Amino acid sequence: MYNFEFSKPSTIAEAVAALGQEEAQALGGGQTLLPTMKQRLAQTETLVSLNGIAEMQGVCVNDAGQVCIGGATTHATVAREAAAHYPGLASLAGRIGDPAVRNRGTIGGSLGNNDPSACYPAAALGAGATILTNTREIAADDFFDGMFTTALNEGEIITEVKFPVPQASNYQKFVQPASRFALVGVFVCKFSDGVRVAVTGASADGVFRWSEAEAALSSDFSKGAVDGLSAPSGDMISDLHGTAEYRAHLVKVMTGRAAAAAS
Amino acid sequence: MPKDSGIGASSKRREDVRFLTGQGRYTDDINLLGQAYVHFLRSDVAHGVLKNVDTSAAAAMPGVVRIFTGADFEGVGGVPCGWQVTDKHGEPMQEPAHPILAQGKVRYVGDAIAAVVADSPEQARDAAEAIMLDIDELPAVVDMKAAVQDGATKVHDDLTSNLCYDWGFVEENKPAVDAAFEAAAHVTTLELVNNRLSPNPMEPRVAVGDYATGTDDSTLYTTSQNPHVIRLLMGAFVLGIPEHKLRVVAPDVGGGFGSKIFHYVEEAFVTFAAKQVKRPVKWTSSRSEAFITDAHGRDHVTKIELALDADNNFTGIRTETYANMGAYLSTFAPSIPTWLHGTLMAGNYKTPNIYVNVKAVFTNTVPVDAYRGAGRPEATFQLERVVDKAARELGVDPIELRRQNFITEFPYATPVAVEYDTGDYEGTMTKLLEMIDRDGFEARRAESAANGKLRGMGVNCYIEACGIAPSALVGQLGARAGLYESATVRVNATGGLVVMTGSHSHGQGHETSFAQVVADMIGIPEDQVEIVHGDTANTPMGMGTYGSRSIAVGGSAMVRATEKIIAKAKKIAAHLMEAAEGDIELKDGAFSVAGTDKSVAWGDVTLAAYVPHNYPLEEIEPGLEETAFYDPNNFTYPAGAYACEVEIDPDTGKVEIMSFAAADDFGNVINPMIVEGQVHGGLAQGIGQALLENVSYDENGQLLSASYMDYTMPRADDVPMFKVDHSSATPCTHNPLGVKGCGEAGAIGSPPSVVNAVVDALQRAGHTDVTHIDMPLTPARVWSAMQN
Repeated sequence: MYNFEFSKPSTIAEAVAALGQEEAQALGGGQTLLPTMKQRLAQTETLVSLNGIAEMQGVCVNDAGQVCIGGATTHATVAREAAAHYPGLASLAGRIGDPAVRNRGTIGGSLGNNDPSACYPAAALGAGATILTNTREIAADDFFDGMFTTALNEGEIITEVKFPVPQASNYQKFVQPASRFALVGVFVCKFSDGVRVAVTGASADGVFRWSEAEAALSSDFSKGAVDGLSAPSGDMISDLHGTAEYRAHLVKVMTGRAAAAAS
Repeated sequence: MPKDSGIGASSKRREDVRFLTGQGRYTDDINLLGQAYVHFLRSDVAHGVLKNVDTSAAAAMPGVVRIFTGADFEGVGGVPCGWQVTDKHGEPMQEPAHPILAQGKVRYVGDAIAAVVADSPEQARDAAEAIMLDIDELPAVVDMKAAVQDGATKVHDDLTSNLCYDWGFVEENKPAVDAAFEAAAHVTTLELVNNRLSPNPMEPRVAVGDYATGTDDSTLYTTSQNPHVIRLLMGAFVLGIPEHKLRVVAPDVGGGFGSKIFHYVEEAFVTFAAKQVKRPVKWTSSRSEAFITDAHGRDHVTKIELALDADNNFTGIRTETYANMGAYLSTFAPSIPTWLHGTLMAGNYKTPNIYVNVKAVFTNTVPVDAYRGAGRPEATFQLERVVDKAARELGVDPIELRRQNFITEFPYATPVAVEYDTGDYEGTMTKLLEMIDRDGFEARRAESAANGKLRGMGVNCYIEACGIAPSALVGQLGARAGLYESATVRVNATGGLVVMTGSHSHGQGHETSFAQVVADMIGIPEDQVEIVHGDTANTPMGMGTYGSRSIAVGGSAMVRATEKIIAKAKKIAAHLMEAAEGDIELKDGAFSVAGTDKSVAWGDVTLAAYVPHNYPLEEIEPGLEETAFYDPNNFTYPAGAYACEVEIDPDTGKVEIMSFAAADDFGNVINPMIVEGQVHGGLAQGIGQALLENVSYDENGQLLSASYMDYTMPRADDVPMFKVDHSSATPCTHNPLGVKGCGEAGAIGSPPSVVNAVVDALQRAGHTDVTHIDMPLTPARVWSAMQN
């Protein structure tokens, strides 16, 4: 790790100011950034921790019935506090990484990083969440922009994420054996006006919606509805842990299982 | 009734008190006054000409003490290879130099180019980043078969090719073996890969070099399984330091699995540099460095053929193996695919004709050497896989085919140069069948099928050669060392005693089990016996711990030394009781005169030895301290039968192990709890090899599995609750304890049963074209096999 300055503001405004400095970098739970810095693969002048900002913490339900999660809320907190309101989301959060990861990692950090194998991007895109920043609101459909790339501008902070609560939802994760990130993860949400299916882990472009499956499940919300489909393998990742064909196959299997398990 | 102390008791591991409470003292806990730190600049290309190493900017950076490059080691020896294999034409293997820091070329990703010694680890690393390298990259040699083609790029320009040796065993028997295949009623052929593994001990390697200018003494603290071996190799072959001026200390060591046997360049570097800069020099490997510098294991590509007669008796085995050596010869690398592999190819079966061919190949990869099992897992895997395949081809029960061909009479001289002293393969198989409810398998399979899962069962046998080794024999086979072991037993005046052993405990629990043996022999409480190991300054020359040798060889040395102690103590007791020496009996810590009620306690005798007021000084010396060296006259041959049941999710290819049973014959057992723990650990690593672990290089020699993000270590939820048993025991006939060794069995015996079980499940589900899948059987590989 190279030397850096450390700042831990207590308000969003202070954080935004701190991030306006040269070579400043926001720190959520540090589950990706800190290992990268330890490997000397990332270097920053100032690390601005978002963990001391009270207004970015916690889970609540707003008047519209949306589950609202502060950007610096840990996965463990979401798993615990969203369970009554949105069990599908709480279950996803409770299966990210291991307990140490869940007690440090934050929803804003995960979404901002947009790791192509992370779980939260599937939750946000699958639910059609709205990502609130210090300057604007961004629909999940407009937020994810390819692996490790998002619509966020330099210095922009995810302050909150609003999730509409579906009638039924489920997240199926088939883990990469070594890292236990998602080799393929599928989040299925059934709303009154249709089904959304978001896939993580599989595509070189990061999280995506599988529209063919959405159409099929919207007319028949059952495991069998996707049997005849084939997920697009063209953009799928091929690596040590699985070929593009295997990932495409798993997308279908996990989608079917998510539909069957949704509650 | 289980015993509560001594031989056969499950005494709790005394060393765990310090390990589990954070009081262990590992090499990285050693920090010396004025210590400097070294950071190695390592090659990030697999193969290249090292044209220039410019350290000028780096040398001026803060805290830099000195920067070393290959040029500083001209005239210094490279790390030596400890075993010379002779090829099938009678020629010695090709043996390249292995300099401490790269000279002229870099040969693998991780090859050390320069070493920065600085006041702090961070300063050393900062300066290393400022070193300017000029490397002309060359094509990387990765694929073994391509490496030995004519015109292939050479890893070592001064060798004739990338072929280290082409070994035939037994070369004279080849015509007879070929004739057996000509005459066979059936031949089963299998081509397979034994996947490359990274050892991953919990504690990465660490080395601290120290030099005393006033006395010219050098000390190396290092994470080693065998400090005396390191002292001999480094002192005599690398740095030219005589043993009496060089001390090597291996304190608490957090696991080795073979990877800490070898003499590594970093150990030689810190010892050398400490003298140069006149400060202690410390190196602590990062986990990332461990992946690219700790010797890897396995990595064989094999074709095996099994010949059977019309009655399904095995008549011949013929194998051809390419064994990866990596870029340089690690300390014992040449012996692993030959003498620890070819000699085990008979397995548990009376096959009369066996021929093993091994081509050892240099590649631009991390050196490959012994890893838990070392050659024997490779032999067991191919043999037990081909037997299973033969059973399927012939439509016979795989267990019955094995039974029919078991060796049943001992001693048994195999056609591959070893003689099994004892064994009962039918006994362990019978025990295994008692453990696994084979009759209930169909019902379990039906239940799995009802849940959409494919269930299969796999069984295999194994044999290994442990207790290495008879020195005269291994000398003939090319070993450049003896393989005896030593012990000094020092009895103190008040009766407690210390055993100083050349064996080294790095997880095995010797401090407990060795004490049990000596306490039992004398009849005193175990806590009266202390085991000292790991420091060349206070232990006799011994060869260390690997190859499941410690209780068989080190334990035997300790028994011999204790016998000498008892013999002398009896003389003293006889004097004290004014009786004839021949009438003295030792029982429960007291000496008595046969047929009388006279007795003296152990402590009275030991006190007399050190306070010899009433003592036969004209006959024997005072004091009570004895040393013994034990050189075994044969290997030991642990053996067993293992069974695995798996469920496969056909939609994803994921394999889950539903049950695993191991019936082992370890001969006599000192501490059953420790033995079971050793088997559990071995099984976890064997299952890791079968399902999870794989070192993977791309075509440019870049390591793809360079962290735990891509290298799959087994975790608790990857393995089932094991059923283990060692009650079917045939004691070793040639060592005093009748012990065979248990450290590697689990890792040797388990991979074939896992693969056999997966193939069985797929075959039963109608995938009749799937006769083999290469390890690790990842979900992707199993699913892929099911698609054809």
